Formats: sequence, structure tokens, C-alpha cells
Amino acid sequence: MAIHPILTYPNQQLKQVSQPVDNFDHNLRAFIDELQETMHDGPGAVGIAAPQIGHAIRLVIVDVSNKKKIKHHGHLVLVNPEIVEWQGLAVGREGCLSVPDFTGNVVRAERIKLNAFDAYGEPLSFEMEGYEARALQHEIDHLDGLLFLDRLVSRRNDLFERKKR
Amino acid sequence: MNNWYMLTLVGNDRTGIVAKVTRILQQNNCQLGEASMLRLGGNFTIMMMVNSELSSDDIITALQAISAELNLQVHLDEIEGRLHEHHIPNVLVTVIGADRGGIIAQVTEKLFNVGFDILNLDSDVAGTDERAIYIMRIEGQALDGIESIEAALQPLKADGIDISVQAIETLIA
Ligand SMILES: [Zn+2]
Repeated sequence: MAIHPILTYPNQQLKQVSQPVDNFDHNLRAFIDELQETMHDGPGAVGIAAPQIGHAIRLVIVDVSNKKKIKHHGHLVLVNPEIVEWQGLAVGREGCLSVPDFTGNVVRAERIKLNAFDAYGEPLSFEMEGYEARALQHEIDHLDGLLFLDRLVSRRNDLFERKKR
Repeated sequence: MNNWYMLTLVGNDRTGIVAKVTRILQQNNCQLGEASMLRLGGNFTIMMMVNSELSSDDIITALQAISAELNLQVHLDEIEGRLHEHHIPNVLVTVIGADRGGIIAQVTEKLFNVGFDILNLDSDVAGTDERAIYIMRIEGQALDGIESIEAALQPLKADGIDISVQAIETLIA
């Protein structure tokens, strides 16, 4: 296994649209292990997308289970993820492994429904909300060649009603 | 080169201030760092980190013609500055109320008393002259947790000021 360097902006590979995975084979699973290891090597990331280490395939890992008091689905490896429903909007602060030393506010859907496949090609589907839904939207953006920088909102005028705790 | 200044410019708001000022700085080989540029009460205000080998007198001289033309007040300080020093806030405090004297002092004193480190504060006066509304957003780091902030501001809520304290969970992914 190997830890890969994380590509950082303005590397143009981060702007590519990634391709769907066709072969759910041992090569895929070996790559997932490396992506996982790379994510854990970084400082407290809750997700990573394959293109962040230079592989333009539709694969993300998300794990927000270390955050307290939120709903989540634990450790998720999602192949060819696709959001099929969006509900509500919320402002939240994001940063990115691919954009060091910058965080900013981004509007995301508050709740999503998502279809994907696991590492063996079995279909999965989830309903997610809040922080986990935000993480998924951030990662799927990576698969579509988008960074949170593309979605920043003004820090001065973002008087969106955020979800009350 | 690590010779940072903080350049402050204030003048009546008109188009072209930013373009003209930054062009002059670029022509004088100044590197620009982080900046805040805002319209406040009909004035345009700029606070900008400027990195330059020029002396502060030379920078002021370089800006003389443009500041005269645009009627800008110019102020320049040498600073201990560095880029890549961002701190990530973990609490957002929003304060909204009828405008009245001392509201910022009341809120920020209470925050200071519980060790709240303000990283960013925006405040605005909206409404009308007769019924002004005061709106303030403060982002910062609560060293003792969000509960201490809520408790400290509780007395002001009873005083008719709308205060919300929200955790900011920054997502890194
Ligand atoms: Zn990212």
C-alpha cells in the first residue's frame, strides 16, 4: 500500500470530470485501500475523492463518524455515487485537502438521497442530512471537476437561516 | 523578501479606486497580500497587506498622485506580517437588535471575559434613521466551548437583543 501525494489547486487534473467505474475488481479494491490510507494521513479530513490523488474515476470515501452528535452512516466507500434528490439549503464552512490554508462558506443541500455501488458492485442507497450530506456533496463535486472555491458565498452577506441545533 | 506593510486607504466611494491603486502598487513592484475592502457609510475603505522593498516614504510618494486625484486618505504602517496564518473559527455569534449605544461593547466584553478570540467581525446598521436596526456577526474561537459563550451572552438576550450562538463545524474533505 502507498500514501499518495494530494493534488492541490491549480492542478488541472482537479478540473476534470471523472469517469464511471466499470470493473469492480481487486485492482479497484487495492486502490480504495490506498485512497483510504492517504485520507487518514492528512489532518482530520472527513472525506477524499479519487481525483484528488490523480485518478479520474468516480470513487469517494466519506467518514464523519468522529464528529459528535450528528446522524451518519459510518465509514462509506462509494463507487459511482449519484445524488438523486436534494432538499433544503444550508450555509456551512468548508476547506479542502486540495486547497491548503483556506476555508470559506458554501451553500449545500441540507438533505440528499444518494445511490451508489460498493467496492464489489452491489447497489447502495442512502438518505443523508447535515454534515454528512455536505461531505458527500463536496466529494461528488470533485468527481465533476469542481472545488468548493467554485461555490463560495460572501462572508459578509450570508444571512441564510442556518439549521438551529 | 518579507517586508510587510499595512496600507489603509479611505475615500468617498467612486468606481476605479481599487483598479487604480493596485495598478500603481504593481508598477512599483509591491506584492499584495490579504485585504479587506468594504463600503462603509458611503466611504470606500481598503486595508491591504503590501510586501515591498521600498521604504514607507517611497510607497506613500508613489501613491501621492492617485490619492490626490481620488481624494483618498492614505496611511501606512510597517507590520510584523506573514501569509498563511489563518485561524479557523469554531463559533458564529449573530447579534441583532434596535440600535443603541454600547451594544458592541456589551457583547464583546462578555465574549472577552470567557476567552473568546474574535477573528472576524462585521457590523451593519440597517432600518431607517428613526428605527435603526443593528446587525453584527462575529466569528471566532471559543477556547472554553460554545456553552460558555451562550451562558455569557444570556443576560443580554433578556435585555431584548436577539443573539444566536452557533457552532461552526468546518468540513475538510
Ligand atoms: Zn476537497
